[in-house]
Amino acid sequence: MAKTRVKAVSYAKYGYLFSLPFIVAYLIFSLYPTLYTAVIGFTDLKGVARNFKFLAEPFKNFSIILNNVTFQNSLVNTFEIWIMNFIPQIALSLLLTAWFTSRARRIRCQGAFKVLFYLPNIITSATVAILFATMFGYPIGPINDILVSTGMIEAPFNFLTSPIAAKLVVAFIQFWKWYGYTTIVLISGALGINPELFESAEIDGARPSQIFFRITLPCMRTILVFTLITSLIGGLNMFDIPKLYIMDGGPADATKTASVFIYTQAFKGAYLYNRAAAASMIMFVIIAICSAVVFFIMRDKHEVQQKRDERRAKRIHSKRLEGLAE
Amino acid sequence: MSTSKIALKHSNDMRKGANPIIYIVCIILGLLSLFPFWVMVCNATRSTYEIQAHAISFLPSVSLPTNYEILNGKTFNAVSGFFNSLIVSTGVTFCSVYFSTLTAFALIAYNWKLRQAFFTLILAVMMIPAQVISIGFYQFMYKIGMTNNFLALILPAIASPMTVFFMRQYMLPALSLDLVAAGRIDGAGEFRIFNQIVIPIMKPAMATQAIFAFVNSWNELFLPMILLTRKENYTMPIMVSLLKGDIYKTEYGAVYLALTLSVLPLLVVYLTLSKYIVAGVALGSVKG
Repeated sequence: MAKTRVKAVSYAKYGYLFSLPFIVAYLIFSLYPTLYTAVIGFTDLKGVARNFKFLAEPFKNFSIILNNVTFQNSLVNTFEIWIMNFIPQIALSLLLTAWFTSRARRIRCQGAFKVLFYLPNIITSATVAILFATMFGYPIGPINDILVSTGMIEAPFNFLTSPIAAKLVVAFIQFWKWYGYTTIVLISGALGINPELFESAEIDGARPSQIFFRITLPCMRTILVFTLITSLIGGLNMFDIPKLYIMDGGPADATKTASVFIYTQAFKGAYLYNRAAAASMIMFVIIAICSAVVFFIMRDKHEVQQKRDERRAKRIHSKRLEGLAE
Repeated sequence: MSTSKIALKHSNDMRKGANPIIYIVCIILGLLSLFPFWVMVCNATRSTYEIQAHAISFLPSVSLPTNYEILNGKTFNAVSGFFNSLIVSTGVTFCSVYFSTLTAFALIAYNWKLRQAFFTLILAVMMIPAQVISIGFYQFMYKIGMTNNFLALILPAIASPMTVFFMRQYMLPALSLDLVAAGRIDGAGEFRIFNQIVIPIMKPAMATQAIFAFVNSWNELFLPMILLTRKENYTMPIMVSLLKGDIYKTEYGAVYLALTLSVLPLLVVYLTLSKYIVAGVALGSVKG
């Protein structure tokens, strides 16, 4: 007994040793840059000069950024584009989930459909942005070509200079890239629901729509919240498509998201690293709050799973005992 | 067993009644996924004149070599972009998959004091994207002379909390600690146990994570764009972002060809591995 305890202690050092690369890389490439970004937010670092000093009023950069109309506007844009993409995305994904997991009718070629739906997600966002910019080109892009040839509109429409059209197209691209992902995640969530629930509902004579709204949806609450928050965090970081679809978030800043704003502050024009850092930290706090929600969901889920496993083990054990008794 | 058979039979009977609207919607969505890429590939083979006459065509034409010549005379260098992206993505894939598996092994196989605290930390920082700390990261890399160095993009992948989380979830039921103990009895060192016993068991999970690590790294634009300033270091997405410049204003065929070249490797990977990729997403890979 004493010997095994000594052994366990001596092996513990490998736990530290094997997680060392992760910890070192994390400290150097994540934690230090995080603290450094926070520090820069309190300094006058800008332009080509690389040395900086702390500001007399420490929160000046933060107050300037929070009162900056372009930044406020970029936060509103980020949120608007995310909402315009997320609502249709979750609605379509739920509809497809209901169809694909329906027990009454099995859809054929499900695998092929999933592969097609997920395809846009795997393609480089930079390529997608430029491809759509070319597709919506004026006056001779493919979309205008279709619309004019089929007589839906008389003259080509300039999608690239209309702020509303630009916002809608960026939201559409996000939707188009992500609904396949969300659908696959939700389907796998729905398939994880205990089938006995459906069987008993069917025996009770529930209609497919009733089963979906009364059983499937409530059972998927966790995964829906998870999808919502991860999509929100991804949306808050939206960069490639608004950066490239129309240069740097145009026209008239209609597609300028928070990430594009930070990029243009730091790496364009006056190189205002301090302001960009302050804006980054504001985004960091928003994202940290969102990810705290995910953290608690994941932890709860983990605990629930553990408890369920324990209960199942107990049940199997008692069944075995019963079997022995017989 | 018998209930599920009855259920299956039941669903077979109902199959005739399956709603055609479902298929129509699914087929439309499928075409929507393919349409932009099909137009792109066709236009890559058409001359700028043909595209200007009719921007949309579902049939390829013969101007592929001309378009390639126009493209080659400009800033877009598909070959160098391809190899730079390949180096970065391969490095990132190796670092994130190997070290995440190692970290997951440390979390599962050993009893150490800070184990639970460490796992909680991983969960807590899992969702924080690298993008929001990019200003500090850039300034730090600039100070130590690592801008224009691929290692600045590769080494951070050693600490990939999301991959560690996934690896741990997979390893928990898959790795029996008896095997580790058996390895010890046979006199293998801990590191050798990891490389020769644990890695073969973890291969399916490592393959899935490798695909996602590779694709995410291949598609990454933000960090490469701020770190790599020399033309010869540009990765594929940065090359693509150059197509926005004025010198391409009227060269439609060349732009479509450049876009096609940037997508081609991904399409090949996706079409060969699509089954595993879709299964991997379903397993709960989280947005990168």
